[in-house]
Amino acid sequence: MTTVPVPHRVVGRRQETGDTVTLRLEPVDTALPDFLPGQFAMVHCFGRGEIPVSVSSVQATGGLAHTVRSVGAVSDGLCAAGVGDIVGIRGPYGTSWELQRARGRDVLVVAGGIGLAPLRPLILGALAEPAAYRRVNVLIGARTPDDLIARKEVESWVTAYTGVTVDQPDADWRGDVGVVSQLLGRAHFDPDDTTAFVCGPEPMIRATARELAHRGVPRDRIRVSLERNMRCATGHCGHCQLGPVLVCQAGPVVGWDLAEPLLSVREL
Amino acid sequence: MPPSMALRMNHALPHDHRERLLHVGREVSFPAGTRLFEEGRHADRFWIIRDGTAALDMHVPGRPTPVVETLGIGDLVGWSWLYEPYVWQLGAAAVTQLRAYEFDAVAVRLMCLDDPAFGQAVEHWVGRVLAHRLNAARARLVDLYGMYETKEPR
Repeated sequence: MTTVPVPHRVVGRRQETGDTVTLRLEPVDTALPDFLPGQFAMVHCFGRGEIPVSVSSVQATGGLAHTVRSVGAVSDGLCAAGVGDIVGIRGPYGTSWELQRARGRDVLVVAGGIGLAPLRPLILGALAEPAAYRRVNVLIGARTPDDLIARKEVESWVTAYTGVTVDQPDADWRGDVGVVSQLLGRAHFDPDDTTAFVCGPEPMIRATARELAHRGVPRDRIRVSLERNMRCATGHCGHCQLGPVLVCQAGPVVGWDLAEPLLSVREL
Repeated sequence: MPPSMALRMNHALPHDHRERLLHVGREVSFPAGTRLFEEGRHADRFWIIRDGTAALDMHVPGRPTPVVETLGIGDLVGWSWLYEPYVWQLGAAAVTQLRAYEFDAVAVRLMCLDDPAFGQAVEHWVGRVLAHRLNAARARLVDLYGMYETKEPR
């Protein structure tokens, strides 16, 4: 694993929403080790800095891609990158979703906002092996219809149930309105034989994981991706420390049994 | 039992109370787009959804009526019928073809008065539905899916 940014060329760019872009990348020279779904990279915008971004596509299935929302100087720069531009990548870092642990079980994917991006390769992996998993459910929540990413792709997924809900509908929205956990009542899964994968902002993770635990999904089979500010990604700087855990190494994907007490502490 | 399932009539009411309630209910069906009730009007009935979805909306003067929540199978549509002044707090419409049990508010309130145990069970059930929806509304108020804070400097 390298600790210096490895140059990658932007070979594809898709505008997901008004402020979110997916960049498809190929190494200029040296290729990085393969990423696993759920892992992240430190993505470097030359002259501005670097930020942690989970992979929204992995090399093994369709090529490396990152989905970035413009929220600051570095992400602004990355979102402005065009085909042919060079960005730096170091990684892979962190833990993965470990989809294989769900083999033979129902799979429940719950995404909030841009949290769908890190879950995308996991969903594609599960759908690529329909015999390996029981029912695959995908629940998606977003603030507004305009905040939904990969809309066309979501429509193409063949699942037991795919539900989409928004907080604030516009005049054209004919779908569900409300919190994403309300869709659990329509999903097809056997709680004590389900592995759940949850990604989104922490308030959404907490609300969803608690509801899943109430429904009987074992807490260690509720896998969540923690959103923390990784800086070095190698466990040295401590920026991502969450209680006793360095998220860049023990995470970002952890079981709810580990995450719940940490996310319940105020001002940690 | 998960909170949202426990709120369904089948789980929330003991068997005999549920049978009594269903005895005064009738099966109804609404095409998509049907208005079930309007905000500010007298709340004279309520529904339990058997199939389909309904949307709760709120009147905003001079603007399109925004949907604030969607309800599905097993959900209670309408609680204003139980509490004075019996005026709908929101509006509701069928989003899809809707099949439901419909109950007359006055009849159920009289049953509640006539049998305190039945009344307590119904009030407890509707109160829990209200608490659940209040909690969901609060969760949405904290911008559940938004960028919660930006740590990256601009």
